[in-house]
Amino acid sequence: MMRFVWGLLAGLLAFPALAEIKIAEVTSPGGIKAWLVEEHGIPFTALEIRFLGGTSLDREGKRGEVNLMTALIEEGAGELDSQGFAAARDALAAEFSFRSDLDGVGVSARFLTENREAAVDLLHLALTKPRFDADAVERVRGQVLAGLASDAKDPDAIAGKLVRAQAFGDHPYGTMGDGTVESVTALTREDMQAAFAGAVARDRVYVAAAGDITAEELGALLDRLLGDLPATGAALPGRVELNAKAGVAVERFPGPQSSINFFQGGIRFEDPDYFAASILNEVLGGSGFGSRLMDELREKRGLTYGAGSGIAAYDHAEILSGRLSTANDKVAESIEVIKGIWADVAANGVTQKELDDTKTYMTGAYPLRFDGNGTIASILVGMQIMGLPTDYPATRNARVEAVTLEDVKRVAARLLTPESLYFVVVGEAEGVTPQP
Amino acid sequence: MRLALGFAVALMAGAAAADTVSTFKLDNGMDVVVIEDHRAPVVVHMVWYRIGSADEPAGHSGIAHFLEHLMFQGTEEVAPGDLSKIVSAQGGSDNAFTTLDYTAYFQRVAADRLDLMMTLEADRMRNLNLTEDDVTTERQVILEERGERTDSDPGALLGEQMAAAQYMNHPYGTPVIGWRHEMAALSRQDALDFYQANYAPNNAILVVAGDVVPAEVLAMAKAHYGPVPPSDRITPRVRPTEPPQLSERRLVLADARVAQPYVIRTYLAAERNPGDQREAAALKLLAELLGGNPTTSVLARALQFDTQKAVYAAAFYDGMSLDADTFGFVVVPVPGQSLGDTEAALDAVLDKFLTEGVNAEEFARIKAQVRAAEIYGRDNVQGRARTYGAALSIGLTVQDVQDWATILQDVTAEEVMAAANKVLNRKQAVTGWLTTEEAAE
Repeated sequence: MMRFVWGLLAGLLAFPALAEIKIAEVTSPGGIKAWLVEEHGIPFTALEIRFLGGTSLDREGKRGEVNLMTALIEEGAGELDSQGFAAARDALAAEFSFRSDLDGVGVSARFLTENREAAVDLLHLALTKPRFDADAVERVRGQVLAGLASDAKDPDAIAGKLVRAQAFGDHPYGTMGDGTVESVTALTREDMQAAFAGAVARDRVYVAAAGDITAEELGALLDRLLGDLPATGAALPGRVELNAKAGVAVERFPGPQSSINFFQGGIRFEDPDYFAASILNEVLGGSGFGSRLMDELREKRGLTYGAGSGIAAYDHAEILSGRLSTANDKVAESIEVIKGIWADVAANGVTQKELDDTKTYMTGAYPLRFDGNGTIASILVGMQIMGLPTDYPATRNARVEAVTLEDVKRVAARLLTPESLYFVVVGEAEGVTPQP
Repeated sequence: MRLALGFAVALMAGAAAADTVSTFKLDNGMDVVVIEDHRAPVVVHMVWYRIGSADEPAGHSGIAHFLEHLMFQGTEEVAPGDLSKIVSAQGGSDNAFTTLDYTAYFQRVAADRLDLMMTLEADRMRNLNLTEDDVTTERQVILEERGERTDSDPGALLGEQMAAAQYMNHPYGTPVIGWRHEMAALSRQDALDFYQANYAPNNAILVVAGDVVPAEVLAMAKAHYGPVPPSDRITPRVRPTEPPQLSERRLVLADARVAQPYVIRTYLAAERNPGDQREAAALKLLAELLGGNPTTSVLARALQFDTQKAVYAAAFYDGMSLDADTFGFVVVPVPGQSLGDTEAALDAVLDKFLTEGVNAEEFARIKAQVRAAEIYGRDNVQGRARTYGAALSIGLTVQDVQDWATILQDVTAEEVMAAANKVLNRKQAVTGWLTTEEAAE
């Protein structure tokens, strides 16, 4: 396939990339830290804020409260009801979005330079005086319940829920953050206020900005926006060790295909072998092309349209997981093929060509992530939470390039545990015996 | 009259503030637009051909789109399907699209891999290799695509019927994907004829946007696209024009698969023209005022909040076409309300608007949002590349693109009302009802 490419490339023009993501660390007069990429070419700023904790802070019996609360932050604040808040925001042509996940509550904002202060004041109102009006609570609760109803009929959502329960048990990670029909139905306005007080506080906030704003201006903005937030919120959850053991769970669900999810323990980002593990995952089932899972399951055997894997490092646990869909009578064969891939790669590592192709893919794909000010601000928040240095974007591809075949082999032997892969099957799978 | 050596290079000055756009023309007639954005080491590489479905020979509807698919079937140097694989192996993404007025191919990759993209794109500009088998297989794919996107979607079928009624003589009445019976007859020779006649540097625009230096892009473009010979078969795009439209057209499409009935209406409308974009700008603001915002527009407030007649109401207008465009509305009624009552409610809102005129406060808010959208839009490099590529493909200039934001701000409420009174002419309109079979009986 590449015969032509390398042949023609020799001697052709090439020039190096010029862009460099220059990240500055900013501390406000009031002591709030943030990262900043100044970019004055376009007169607006993207601001990204993340409060650690998220839906894992839900109190006992209140599953779904942080999720519902977060969706209500933009539904009226201070003197403004839901409509009034929307009109005020639109008149400024500002954009705010609020969302939650198992590790945090995220706020993304875009506002013009010309009315930055007014936009920040409006966002400040939402982050300090959300109303949680009864009619808004009912309307948004209805949306959440509609989502739960549709998840209950979605085999992938059902499988995801079973994976979380098996992997993380009683930890908040073991259940879904949007709650259950029962728990969400029972949530009250007081629960919203309590969830807000627990989740939105200065002791857990990470901030980044990208765009038309100086370090000094950002410092003032941080104090104006976040300075009077409560100092502390609810205690963050503790670490959980993934429940790693071999097994197969089968949940009956009508349809011609079964959805198969599988998982085992993952690897911490701080681990010196993390980059080797990333390459390993790409070879196993990454998003490039020609992964082992795709080759063995799709190309060689036609068992599935697509199969993939991923490594996730959450704040309190790590997981290596994968998924595919296949015909009900092919589930048993697919599981055996996956176990075979795991055993082979754990014993033998990957090939030089796989390593080289993966490096080409990963180093080429990385800069594409820096897709505009909003995305850059979001990446900067993630980097701070992971404890990365500000020069990381400039060094990341070199770290990928430095991984050797021996590194990948070592991490494959250490990380891959074919003896403790757990499979969750949702569908009318044939010839599969559950092994809980 | 080409130069024997080197290239005639015309550098256009006068980029708008913050707009670092350079344009060149290669000696073989290929236009080059470079948009600098050095925030991330990424580049978007696009080649636009000034050829769309409205330029197809009669009886061969769908050939422009079919050829777009076949452009991934390889050359002497690249095996079928490999182009996309090569791009994704580099961590990038690629795609292509065909519209009424143009066909474009693009890749988004790390900036240091631009050379490879030009190599691949220049190669398939003139060296497409089509086997009879590839054509047969791919024809099946486009028929399936039509089956999935159009034939199994009653809303898409109604849209197709409405366009055919809207344009009585102009080829915009023919769907981009083609009429099924004509698609089924498209041959390898049809594709090759269309390719050889239209795919050439003097019918193409190269747009490169991202972390690049214009002079270096130009040098690279000369090396890759420069040697591609121009075609002497490129003709001016003069299409059949509309006769006076004297009679309103009304269509009902009843289909058992319809889950959500609605009323949709289009009116023949002016498009953006080189040096003449003011009426189009007024229409753009009119569409925003009447139905641009799902909660605060005139239609949304009247039909969803002040009364509960609709679950959704919107207006649409684009203006980015070579010939006359359409301006339209869609209203989805609340369950149980007839389409007749829904259409009457829409017309009542429009009549009231034409009588009362533009609310100054709403107009100011719309202008603020339109202006902000332009500013936020500059954050999206691929979107900017697309804006310039599409504009140049329909005959607008770089200056027209850069003037657009200012013109939108300059347009007065009086101009919006004048545009409204002109465009909302039922004699030039097509009204469609999408309904269930039971309701139609």
